Formats: sequence, C-alpha cells, structure tokens
Amino acid sequence: MVEISKTKALEIHCKLWEIRLFELKASELYKDGTLPGFIHLSVGQEACAVGACLALNRDDFITSTHRGHGHCLAKGADAKAMMAELAGKETGYSKGRGGSMHIADVSVGVLGANGIVGQSAPLACGAAYTAQVKKTGQIALAFFGEGASGAGPVHEAMNIAALWKLPVIFFCECNRYAELSPFDVHVSVPNVSARAKGYGFEGVTIDGSDVMEVYSSVLKAASKVRQGMGPILIEAKTHRWHGHYEGDPMNYLDRSERDPDNRIDPIQRFESDFAETLELSPDDLLSSKKKALALVDQAVEFALSSENPSSALMMEDVLS
Amino acid sequence: MNQSNQKDKKDKPLKYYSAVTRAFREEMIRNENVVLIGEDVGESGGIFAQTKGLFSEFGPDRVRDTPIAEAGFTSLAVGAAMTGLRPIVEIGFEDFLTACMDPIVNQAAKLRYMLGGQVKVPVTMYTFGSGGLNAGPQHSQSLAAWFSHVPGLKVVMPSSAKDALGLLKSSIRDDNFVLCLMCKSLIGSREPVPQENTEFLIPLGKAEIKRSGEDVTIVAVGAMVRQALAASKSLSGEGIETEVVDPRTVSPLDIDTILESLSKTRRLIVVHEAMSPCGIGAEIIAQVVETDPQLLECAPLRLTPPFAPSPFAPCLEKIYLPDAEKIASSVRTMMS
Ligand SMILES: Cc1ncc(C[n+]2csc(CCOP(=O)(O)OP(=O)(O)O)c2C)c(N)n1
Ligand SMILES: [Mg+2]
Repeated sequence: MVEISKTKALEIHCKLWEIRLFELKASELYKDGTLPGFIHLSVGQEACAVGACLALNRDDFITSTHRGHGHCLAKGADAKAMMAELAGKETGYSKGRGGSMHIADVSVGVLGANGIVGQSAPLACGAAYTAQVKKTGQIALAFFGEGASGAGPVHEAMNIAALWKLPVIFFCECNRYAELSPFDVHVSVPNVSARAKGYGFEGVTIDGSDVMEVYSSVLKAASKVRQGMGPILIEAKTHRWHGHYEGDPMNYLDRSERDPDNRIDPIQRFESDFAETLELSPDDLLSSKKKALALVDQAVEFALSSENPSSALMMEDVLS
Repeated sequence: MNQSNQKDKKDKPLKYYSAVTRAFREEMIRNENVVLIGEDVGESGGIFAQTKGLFSEFGPDRVRDTPIAEAGFTSLAVGAAMTGLRPIVEIGFEDFLTACMDPIVNQAAKLRYMLGGQVKVPVTMYTFGSGGLNAGPQHSQSLAAWFSHVPGLKVVMPSSAKDALGLLKSSIRDDNFVLCLMCKSLIGSREPVPQENTEFLIPLGKAEIKRSGEDVTIVAVGAMVRQALAASKSLSGEGIETEVVDPRTVSPLDIDTILESLSKTRRLIVVHEAMSPCGIGAEIIAQVVETDPQLLECAPLRLTPPFAPSPFAPCLEKIYLPDAEKIASSVRTMMS
C-alpha cells in the first residue's frame, strides 16, 4: 500500500460518505417524486470513484457515464450544483437542461457524465491528445462499465491511445451487470483487463471495493501515463447495490444477490481495514462522516430552494 | 374505411408494450426465420417488459441478448437478413440509432440496389423514442425525418397499442428494412385490439383518419396523435371540427389521404415532436403545395419544438413539446 497522510485518509473517508449519502438522498427524493427523469446510482461502487479521482491532480481530466454522480463528486464537483441539476433547477451545473446524466464541472476536470454508453473512452482520448499536443502534463481518465467495454468506440479508443501513446487511463468499473444482464452476456473473457494486451498496453484487474487498492493502482498508472509511456487499462471489480435505474424491480437477481447482508460495503471495509493503520480514531471517522452529511444536507436545501430555469434558458448555449 | 378502424365487441384492451410482445410472438410462431436480437431482449424480458416470455418460449437461438454493440449487431442483422433470417432488432432508445447509422444508411438501405436486386434485407428494427419523460437531450429525440430522407428504408410510427400490433406484424412480414419508431410516453397506454391469432395487419404506407372533421386537418405523428385527438375534443365543444390524420408510415408517406382531407378542410396543421427544419412537416407541406398551390386557403402551420435539444427540466420540456393545449390554440388562431 502507498503511504498517505492522515489528511488524505480523512479526505478519502469523507468523500466515500459524501457520495454514499448524496446518492441515498437522491434515491429518496426520486422515490417521492421530487427528482424527475431517470437516475442511475453507484451505491456500492464508491471506492472506484474515490480511489481513482483522489489519485489524480485537480487539473487532470475525467470523462464519466450515465452512472456518474460518484465520479463527479470525487473529482471535486460541488454537491449543491449537482443536486440542483438533478432537480432540474437553474442553479444546476447544466442550468437544469441536462439532469443527472450530464453533470459536468470543467473547472475541476470533469468533462461530463454521458448518456451514450462507450463515448467516455474516446472523449478522454481527446482530452489526452490536447494535453499531449500542448505538453501540459495533464492526463485523462475514462470511467466506463464492463458493458461499455464491448462497444466499438471503446475499442477504437484503446487502439488509437496505444498508437499515439496518449496519456490516458481506461478505468473499467466492472459491477457485474449492464442494465439487466450479467457479465457473461457482455464480455467474452473472464477479465476486461485482458483487452489491453491485444492493443499492446498494460491491463490490470483490481479489487474495486478496496479504496486503497484503487488509489494506489491509479496513482502508479497515472505516473506512468504522465511520462508518455502510453495508456493503461485498470479493471476494478465492484458491486452495484441498486438497480440499473431507480425503480428497477431487479427481477434478474436471485435471492442471495438481493440479500443486503451479502453486499460488499467499500466504506465499511475502509473503516475496518485501514482506520487503525492510518491512525484514524473513531472520533475522526464520526466527524468526517458528519462533515459529509452536512455537505449533502446543504446540497438538498440549496437544490430545493433554487428556482426553476427561466424559459429563455431553453434556447441558450445551442451554439457558441 | 380500412381494417384497423373496424371495431369488434370481442376486442380486449392491450397495453402498448404488450402489443410489441404479441406482435413478435405471433410472427415468430408463424415464421421460424424470425429471430429477435438486442440489448436485454432475452431472459430479462426487456426494460419495459416488451419482450417478456419470448426467450423461454423460443429459446436462445431465436431470442438473443447482444452486448452493447449497436453498429456491430445491426450490421450482423443485415447480413443475416441477406442470407435467410428475418431479424427483429431492438435499439433501446431512439437516440442510440446514431450509434448504428452506417449499417442502416449505407448497408441495409442500399445493398439490394447495389447488388442488382440479388438480395432482400427483411429487418424490422424497433426503438423507443420521443419525449415527455424528462429524459434529457440524449434520451428524448424523434429522428423519423433523418431516416425518411433515405431511399431503401421504410419508417413507421405507431401511435397506439392497436397500431403497434398491426404495424409491427406487417413490418416483420415486409421484405425491407423497416424502422419502427415507438413512443416511450405511450408505453403504458392501452387500447382494445382484435383477439389473439386473428390475422390483424395494418398495411404499411397507409394513413388513417383518426377523427373526421370539416374545418382543419391536423396531421400528427407518434405521441402527438393523442394530443391532437384531445385538442379536437375540446375544440368540438366550441364548434370547431378538426380532422386528425395519422400517417402511421412516414416513409413512404401516404400523401393522398392527406390531400383528400385537405380538399375538404383546406386548412393544415402538422404536429410532431421533432424540430421543424427539414422535418416531416416541411415535407408534407411541400408536397401539398407542389400538388396544388390553391388547395390551402390560409398559410399552413408546423407545430413543433423550438430548434434546440430537448431540455431535461420538466418546466422547460413542457414548454418545448407541442401538446393538446397548444394544438387547440393554434387551431383557434387559424380559424379566426
Ligand atoms: C450507445 C448506447 N447503447 C445503449 C444504451 C443503454 N444503456 C444505458 S446504460 C447501459 C448498460 C451499461 O452497462 P455498463 O457499461 O456495465 O455500465 P453500468 O450501467 O453497469 O454502470 C445500457 C445498455 C446507451 N445509453 N447508449
Ligand atoms: Mg456494469
């Protein structure tokens, strides 16, 4: 394990909780009809978002997916403007025009969640190309799922990235399902990481429920790709607790998969496995969780008290 | 009066999504070359339960889950169609048609022509589109006009459960690539349909008069048909009788039924969820004016969203989409 400071450890812990609580709140507000449209939650996958994003620099880029709340929060997007966007308010990141699937905060390197499966990979390659041409030293990380790993654009992106030695990390969150169907329907090999070999770069499979393993893997990968050694594929095995979308009856799961006791909880794991080594006291843990809760409460309050977008906003930003 | 207008006492209500399942089931029983592929069409029964039970009835050879690879499996379906199968292909949301444009536009639509008529491409592709569910810019589009611009394709838009049943069955029997654009907002809507195993087909390329009236012709497609009918009801109370024409197939377009209606009303409003530029409304109005510049007694109107992506916020999408109220007020203006 890499050495990290107590401050960093607390940052990780607080972020894990901020994402968890943000999404559980979103789930609740969706159920009672406060949040419109479709939402996809990453509850259970927090260690992927936090471990990956906290190993990047603030000005590095990420591209995200339809399941992007965790990625955006972890990279530093503001919970208030995010919740406002989920609620379709004028103060939201997209001025209420995008919703949950299109959160972006370019100022912290979040180039957007995205509703089209597979596009996060080539978009990240584009950001990496900019960094390469302008010699900025930045890198890009593309989040995508194992379902997306079968999409043409992802394969095209991997080949281009290898050919051009782009500073990009392909980060596959393998949460065992794509919509309603399991891994075996989508991926022809046991591990998505095997794809990298075909394109001539390194691919690794890691435990995506272990935030410290994710953090150290991305840290190591980031330093290599930053040096111009070409792309790396990291596959993180993880678990999606909720349905594909909120409201999904999850008929495709068997009883043991539905049983909350069988869930792997990345936050609990961090607290039980690392708190002691990282010198986090029970009080430290409690106060960082409280801090996360306060952030989420403020976000909800902000979202609900914000105005609906004015009709003029509908026609803004169509073209530059 | 055509077949689908006949009502039978034995007709039972069926939901829009169940009409899809029933059409597929009946046609798969009828012809063993009919297969169904797409994301989550198999064991799970589809995200709207639209393919429920088909996997267990027809097995994994004929009902197959695909990985997320729209370009790949659409072209695969075209290849299978050239060699003897009659694939039905699901693309979950209409917006994702953009991920398989080449197989549709450059392969399916042109292969028969380019190969000297040696092959047929009997593919039925269906997808759920259009708005009203606050699904945002990448999950709300209505792209009928794009595909109506391509020779070699047929484009169908079922506006009710009954139309879904009859049009899908005809599409599956058609020897061409038929793109069936379904409406998400109609998924749970129900309508009486003829009993199972009746030979209920709605011919492709035939419009239907959904309501007769003397004053204004409203040509509406997809989910807008219901809105036009609702508007007609309230207008009728004010003494204005509208005629609602549903083209049902937008390519090839049944312009004759529209012209016939206009020879009576001489006033035209076209309503659709896609934007105006280069759209179906533009095409209909152009064909009307080219046929007879004197036919209309006042300027025709396209009632469509503004030229912007579909916004997520409910308050904006409400303003964005045409609805019964907007249709009624346009009719009033036209009549005054
Ligand atoms: C091009 C495209 N095809 C299909 C979809 C519908 N869709 C949305 S999410 C999803 C599953 C994605 O699975 P995965 O990549 O494993 O991500 P996860 O949902 O598990 O996070 C599908 C098929 C889409 N949004 N875009
Ligand atoms: Mg997945």
